[in-house]
Amino acid sequence: MKNKKHFIFSRSVFGVPYIVFLILFVVVPLFIIVIKAFSFKDPTTEVVTFSLNNFIKVFTTPTNYPVFLDSLIIAVLTTVFCILIGYPIAYLLANKKYNKSYILVLLFIMPMWINFVLRTYATRSLLINIGLNPAEIPYVTIMIGMIYNYLPFTILPLYTTMLKMDKSLLEASQDLGANNAQSFIKVVIPLSVPGIISAATMVFMPTMSSFVIVNVMGNNNITIIGNLIQSQFNFQLWNEGSALSLILLIIIGIISFFSGKLGKEQEKTALW
Amino acid sequence: MVKKIIGKSFIYLMLLLMYAPILFLIVYSFSADRGFAFSKGFSLDLYRMLFLDRSIMSGNEYIKVQQLWTAVTNSFVIAVVSGIVATILGGFGAIGVYFSKKQLKYAVHTVEQVQIATPEIVIALSIVILFVSLGISKGFITLLIGHVLLTLPFVVLSIVPKLKQMDPNLYEAALDLGATPLVALRKVLIPEILPGIFAGFLLSVTLSLDDYIITALTKQDTYETLATYIEKATRLGVPNYVRAFTTLLFIVVLLAVVCINIYSAKQAKKGKKSR
Repeated sequence: MKNKKHFIFSRSVFGVPYIVFLILFVVVPLFIIVIKAFSFKDPTTEVVTFSLNNFIKVFTTPTNYPVFLDSLIIAVLTTVFCILIGYPIAYLLANKKYNKSYILVLLFIMPMWINFVLRTYATRSLLINIGLNPAEIPYVTIMIGMIYNYLPFTILPLYTTMLKMDKSLLEASQDLGANNAQSFIKVVIPLSVPGIISAATMVFMPTMSSFVIVNVMGNNNITIIGNLIQSQFNFQLWNEGSALSLILLIIIGIISFFSGKLGKEQEKTALW
Repeated sequence: MVKKIIGKSFIYLMLLLMYAPILFLIVYSFSADRGFAFSKGFSLDLYRMLFLDRSIMSGNEYIKVQQLWTAVTNSFVIAVVSGIVATILGGFGAIGVYFSKKQLKYAVHTVEQVQIATPEIVIALSIVILFVSLGISKGFITLLIGHVLLTLPFVVLSIVPKLKQMDPNLYEAALDLGATPLVALRKVLIPEILPGIFAGFLLSVTLSLDDYIITALTKQDTYETLATYIEKATRLGVPNYVRAFTTLLFIVVLLAVVCINIYSAKQAKKGKKSR
């Protein structure tokens, strides 16, 4: 028994570099953000004090309101459209009647291998060529660019949930007299809720900060929270940047709390 | 029957839409026009430019194409190096944490969750502030840390399920038979979780190649990767030979996907046989 304990100890030692890395580059930086967000450096005396100034500034700058609104609208619409389009695709891919191999699934994921900036540029070129100009209808082109980019991320978790679904439940519902539509609404959709939630979180959260797509597809006319934080970099306004980041983190924390136990993190690793 | 046809055509239509932008670039990679047109007919000029055929390009263009290739090399280098670092760090980390005490396991898991949920822009901001306050100037190391940070949780997430599947007695048996912990690790534990390690490495490379935000904010100003090169170009006008480059990239990706699938199909067969 004593020996065993010794060996368990020796294996946990392998985790030390990893834990040190996490502390140094995840925990400490997040603490710094919290501290920066709540501190204020007096420009004349250079004395750093605790203050809520950064937050007050974020919420009292009138030009920020359309940014928050645009971020929210773009994020929500992207999530909704991705699920509306991705759901039937995933359903058909997971259904043996329509698709027997993994190749089609792979084909849906494969564009992810080409850098998204390049893909976004390709989408922009195509849209301009068919008469959808980002200079004229930026919201439309942004939405197309976003949906195009995030669709694979929705298909994947939905597909894995639907594959795991117990098919006998479907048969049972039909034996009990449900027609196709009824068993779809009463069985398939409720059973795929975890997939929907994990797909939604996987799209919603990154859209908030994916300002490159918004810039390229919107001709730099639309600003989202991501751009706002990025612009603080250019002026080295760390305190305001931290306050904004903290707000974003809190929003995401609330969302993850509600989607919590249902959104499984494993879905993204199902790529392989 | 009709339903089946409708279903199948929906899938293929969606696939066509997914690939439309890339196909669009591929088609126009065979034109020599600046814009998207075929005024000079079919031509391989863009490919000749891409492979630095001096006879059809100006000195300025030559330098720009070279910059594109440098950016591609940089993307590849950072993806592979960060992939290796993340796989080693995350691999040992996953093993170590998996066999640790419950409280530690829980704490690390919480940090991993927070890291996954944190938007990239916030991760970038937080580490850049750390670098600034420590007086570290941006360079390859900061970029590397950024990319490792980006991919590490996914490496760990690919390996942990394999650890869970493993028979815990195997390692103990190796020790009982006289293996030192390091030998047991090398001969028993690592071979068992190898598919997870491999998957984690590939995922890490994929995520790194696809990244823009962390790259742009942690790299040195003069260092360009494919993502930052294209992003800059979209503001100034993307050169037409990028079309030819996209075609090549697409072919490479296609080949890589095919190879990896053949490999994993073989692995799966092997797994079935050994059972």
